[in-house]
Amino acid sequence: MGWGLALAAVVAVVAVVFVARPFVREPSPASDELDELAPEARERLALAEERDRALAALKELEFDHRTGKISDEDYRAQVSPLRRRAAEVLRALERGEEGPHERVPGQGERVP
Amino acid sequence: MAPLGRAALLLAFGLVAYALVAGSYAAWKRRRRLALSAQNALLAAFPVTLIAVVVLVVALGRRDMTFVYVWQHTSHRLPLGYALAFWGGQEGSLLLWLLVLTGYGGLAVWLNRRSRELIAWTVPVFGLVGVFFAFMLCFVSSPFHLQPAPLDGRGMDPSLQNPYMLAHPPLLYLGYVGLTVPFAFAMGALLSGRTDERWIVATRRWTLAAWMFLGVGQLVGAHWAYVEIGWGGYYAWDPVENAALMPWLAATAFLHSVMIQEKRGMLKVWNMVLVALAFNLSLFGTFLTRSGVIDSIHSFSRSPIGGWFLAFLGLMVFVSVALIRWRLPLLRTKTKLESLVSREATFLYNNLLLVALSLTILWGVLYPIVSDALRGETRSVSKPYYDFFLHTFGLPLLLLMGLGPLVAWRRASLRSLGKTFVAPFAAAVVTGVALLALGFGSSWPGLLAYTFGAFVAASILLEFVRGRAAAGGVRRLVSRNRRRYGGYVVHAAVVLLAIGIAGSSAYQTTRERVLRPGQSIHAAGYTLTYVTSTGVRGPNYTGFRALVDVRRGGSHIATLNPGMNDYNIEGPHNEASIYHDPRSIGDVFTTAQLVNKQGAVDLKVFVKPLINLIWVAGFVFVAGSLIAMWPDAVEQRRLAARYAAGAVPAGL
Repeated sequence: MGWGLALAAVVAVVAVVFVARPFVREPSPASDELDELAPEARERLALAEERDRALAALKELEFDHRTGKISDEDYRAQVSPLRRRAAEVLRALERGEEGPHERVPGQGERVP
Repeated sequence: MAPLGRAALLLAFGLVAYALVAGSYAAWKRRRRLALSAQNALLAAFPVTLIAVVVLVVALGRRDMTFVYVWQHTSHRLPLGYALAFWGGQEGSLLLWLLVLTGYGGLAVWLNRRSRELIAWTVPVFGLVGVFFAFMLCFVSSPFHLQPAPLDGRGMDPSLQNPYMLAHPPLLYLGYVGLTVPFAFAMGALLSGRTDERWIVATRRWTLAAWMFLGVGQLVGAHWAYVEIGWGGYYAWDPVENAALMPWLAATAFLHSVMIQEKRGMLKVWNMVLVALAFNLSLFGTFLTRSGVIDSIHSFSRSPIGGWFLAFLGLMVFVSVALIRWRLPLLRTKTKLESLVSREATFLYNNLLLVALSLTILWGVLYPIVSDALRGETRSVSKPYYDFFLHTFGLPLLLLMGLGPLVAWRRASLRSLGKTFVAPFAAAVVTGVALLALGFGSSWPGLLAYTFGAFVAASILLEFVRGRAAAGGVRRLVSRNRRRYGGYVVHAAVVLLAIGIAGSSAYQTTRERVLRPGQSIHAAGYTLTYVTSTGVRGPNYTGFRALVDVRRGGSHIATLNPGMNDYNIEGPHNEASIYHDPRSIGDVFTTAQLVNKQGAVDLKVFVKPLINLIWVAGFVFVAGSLIAMWPDAVEQRRLAARYAAGAVPAGL
């Protein structure tokens, strides 16, 4: 019984040290703020998802057309709006990259 | 030994409780180091739980009867392999839940650690589920209770003494518990407000893996029931079996509908609902099998864990609903369904059918419990109820599997549909007419299953043939969209499954007769002659085997040995003997009971055509799932770029 409890105590100490590690490694960090996406970064991410969806839809449409699942007529009717949408999203993303990146201040942090 | 096991469980409880409390506080107050510390607590919970498992396994291996759990589930004569399967009893299976949960949770969090905003809220969700199971193991249903050692244990139920017992429960638990991963990330996404696709990307393979394990676990369980229980069937709509089927159906619906979110940005709310449904049904499944509620409402009220489970299940349902409702504004999308004839529409129909089937099974499971609780009457829901809904929802589902791949995304014109449908439709009509002419019209569900199966098989084949021509080879075709073509392989597995189930149930032949040595029985072209019976002796049983000669068309094809084992401690148990006929891909399944001292036996014969397709389907299912899961380097680079560019955190 004695060795079992001794082993349990050793395991507990190792576990506590591991759990406390972030505080031991950085006793007084410059910032303890958890990363957070700024609103414009969220918007950019939504645009990136939209871009990937639009490009994947175009790829899918091409493939469906090549395999005969979509007629020429349907293909022509669908491809233009999809291309337009993809171009719009790409333009919006480019505009976002050119613009300034605003930072969301952390809690308790002074805004410069 | 036991104090070490108890201490390890207490420590695991402390760690997951810390992951819950400190993790929630850190995510709420946005404390980075505290969030990392909570993450480390979740990571540490796995090795600590593993220590408790090792203690229990050593006690089982040594048949240390001072452990109540060891005494309850083993005996000195029980073969070592079975004794070591620590999940055989309630406490052990709860321990397996916690082990898999902490392992999965730790790994999933570690692999996605860079997405700190999402992970910060995911860790407490894992912590919450972990706290429940660790609490049960520490304070309600501990495997480390001690007693003065009795001479021998109670042994293990004979039906559990089968190699499948070593694989079936762990596979099921890898599936059940695996559904916690998408649930924890989905709830983490709701809590953090990160309702973009990050949580889906993080859990895509986890969901597929859990779904695969749950599916394979059920097939292994069905095969176990088939070879071991001795009633000639493999699925009896037993609540314990249904417990695994319900979350699997919900997860199947999710795997389809999540593709619509990824491709069209639609169904965000529905996907959250499905993830929550799948997880809560997996909890409900564990509750069903472990609370005693199936036997009767009275045994449930006496069960030490039933009330706790019900309360936790209620809490998780409440939390899921409340979070989804809270974040509804973030989940609403502008994209609408463009046409009712489109790929996404067929996915939607498939979802409705899958969820309807899952919920009707749930009602079938709940009805006896509710009627017992409210009226004090014991009512059971039997096979005709389930068969009716399986035919009502399952057959259209099978048909949709063939229709879906042929329909284009967004919208499809009837003209192009007509062109793509010609070949599969012709295959289905030819199959249906040929089967009718051959006399298969005796079972309409069976005939429809075969006909729809032919339609699906032809549509899958067509997809591969046309895709190969467009892509320039099968390998290139599959590698450019592993999920789609892996999915088609899984669909092929479902076709095999449907054909196997229809053949072995709708077209099976059953015969039973008392035979004296030298007498015969005839069934579906086979002649079975009872020759004699002999005694057998195993490590912990004695018994008898009947020697049965099997002939077809006058030629000897097999000798079968059905009989019975009388276990020293556990009692008598049927031993079936099966001949796998390669010509019909079916089985001749036999059981025998000694009737008198002159050696007469009651021989029961089932001829089950095509049944082996069910087991073949299992291998095809795994192959398809692995193809769909296989990492795609191009896709991973694209996603990495997306999140690197879009997820630039504040301050960088």
